[in-house]
Amino acid sequence: MTDAPLLEVADLTLRFGGMTAIDQVSFSVDPGELFAVIGPNGAGKTSIFNCLSGVYRPQAGSMRFGGEELRGRRPDNIARLGMARMFQNIELFENLTVLENLMLGRHQHLRYGTLSALVYAGRAKRSEIENRRVVEDIIDFLEIEAIRRSLVGMLPYGLKKRVELGRALAMAPRLLLLDEPVAGMNVEETEDMARFILDIRTELGVTMIMVEHDMGLVMDIADRVLVLDFGQHIALGPPGQVQSDPAVIKAYLGEAS
Amino acid sequence: MSLQVDGAARGGADVPSGGGGGGDGARRRPRSRVRGRPQLYTSYAADQAIWNTPAKRAWTLALVAAVLVLPFLLSRDLTSLLTTVFIFAIGGIGLNLITGYAGQVSLGHAFFMGLGAYTAAVFGGESTDRVVGLGLDMAIWLPLAGIVPAVVGLVVAPLAARVRGLYLAILTLGLVFIGEHVFKEARSITGGAGVGRAPAEPVLFGVDLSGRYHLFGYILSREDVFYFVCFAIFLVMAIAARNLTRSKLGRAFAAVRDRDVAAAVMGVSLRRTKTLAFTISSFYAGIAGALLVLVIGRVTPTSWNLFLSIDFLAVILIGGIATISGSILGAMFVVLMPRLVSELADVVPFISTSPGTGVFSVFQLQTMLFGALIVLFLVLEPRGLYGLWVRARNYWKAWPFSH
Repeated sequence: MTDAPLLEVADLTLRFGGMTAIDQVSFSVDPGELFAVIGPNGAGKTSIFNCLSGVYRPQAGSMRFGGEELRGRRPDNIARLGMARMFQNIELFENLTVLENLMLGRHQHLRYGTLSALVYAGRAKRSEIENRRVVEDIIDFLEIEAIRRSLVGMLPYGLKKRVELGRALAMAPRLLLLDEPVAGMNVEETEDMARFILDIRTELGVTMIMVEHDMGLVMDIADRVLVLDFGQHIALGPPGQVQSDPAVIKAYLGEAS
Repeated sequence: MSLQVDGAARGGADVPSGGGGGGDGARRRPRSRVRGRPQLYTSYAADQAIWNTPAKRAWTLALVAAVLVLPFLLSRDLTSLLTTVFIFAIGGIGLNLITGYAGQVSLGHAFFMGLGAYTAAVFGGESTDRVVGLGLDMAIWLPLAGIVPAVVGLVVAPLAARVRGLYLAILTLGLVFIGEHVFKEARSITGGAGVGRAPAEPVLFGVDLSGRYHLFGYILSREDVFYFVCFAIFLVMAIAARNLTRSKLGRAFAAVRDRDVAAAVMGVSLRRTKTLAFTISSFYAGIAGALLVLVIGRVTPTSWNLFLSIDFLAVILIGGIATISGSILGAMFVVLMPRLVSELADVVPFISTSPGTGVFSVFQLQTMLFGALIVLFLVLEPRGLYGLWVRARNYWKAWPFSH
């Protein structure tokens, strides 16, 4: 991996009033990398994701994604640059079917205007069918064929997570943000999700940043790990090295008295 | 697997994957139809069609045939009433696009309808010493009756896109009051309060629609002609709306309604989507307003008030939120129900048809029933008449097996 980093975050700072949620955090993610962000509750992991996807507006620092500065851009604009995201608390469109949710992931790839949509012929119809094929490939990939037509609101938790992953994949992203992909899952579901994440990396070559509390999973599959505590960067490196870092042990377990 | 569109590479062999699961999992419909497998699709195009099952196609054809025959069987006032159903359906679809699909509660529908009606009257009405009118053809004033409200919707949308829920309801409520006042004061356009003005002249491509015509030995009255014209307009607009809702824009509407943050992260521009919903909804409202005055005749500016907006909310609440066919059912219900009640009044003893006699009058009964039904639907079947239809359909699909 000799390419320039896909994402470069420098001195990112986010404050809510007097509380500093992210304090001058810097890191970079290389193309094809599976990068993990860990830390105790309230460390600012999800806040970093919210800054990256444009939901929060950081006060200082820069976030360069493939050469483009992300600060000041709206979420839909950032999505069009090729960033997709899974949410910690599932944020699917519950009244739509699995298929419609995935098609929404294709939104930016469907290129036709309002008038064409009103007639639903020619360009609109062609575009819908082409993108439907892509979505069907993802449905196969995630093995959710049987629930294509189900309303997302009716699905069990584990499947919803999988559909959300599918929706993010449908965007054909360059960078995929996974916010606790296996939170609340049993061992079997966790194994499935881990396999999908690894497959996404090897088959699709999508770069990923993962926030996760399941240390076993992080240590097994991540290339590098960033550890945060109270918004501050305390360690960064390969899983083995981070695991034995005294600062990390202190953050998680507290200091020996 | 690739995430890129490569339509050309995989071209014609348009076979969806999976689907072998049987029952609802199988969705291929061979060109030569397999009997008893209505949901067996062999192409995505067939799957995405509006009338995607043989039953839907058959029923729609039957309904259209019935609609075409009805005016020959009904009296003139009933034909007019059905014309009003089509017009209410157009308006209801417009409101359902913004409130049902895009989730932006709008009480301003009456304002946009009024705007459409007066645009039509100015461009299509006759000029008198009191009011201005250009006397243009319906082919010009009808599109304008949609475009002018749409443009006003486009102007209001940036404001409306900033607020949601209750605040949006109040903002759009403000529109109705501003509109009522402006309509009352702009006497040269609207005729002023208590007087009103004559609607636009229904002359389409030089053909006067208010005349009588002979068709295969049958005399078409003014009501019949107008019925067919409104049906045609309704059909085009309903199909266009259905197309919109199955396109990426319809999905974007629903995404903004269900979870706006997630929608934005998916690449859906909230501002653009809400603006579009407002614009299209106002277009539908304007057309409905322009046609409605043609049926009613002279109306005063105060007719475009909050109660009309609420009538349309009732159309979509009773008919079914976020369904086009629900809007049509709702329009039928809201327009035909008062008539049905007044017909019943002659049979049921304690209802009087004139004020001051009997236990309560037919007008009171209409209002009470209306309110009660809205409450009942909200509590018992929030999906409205459409939901009832889905329940009935699912029951018969599984009959005689209850599980």
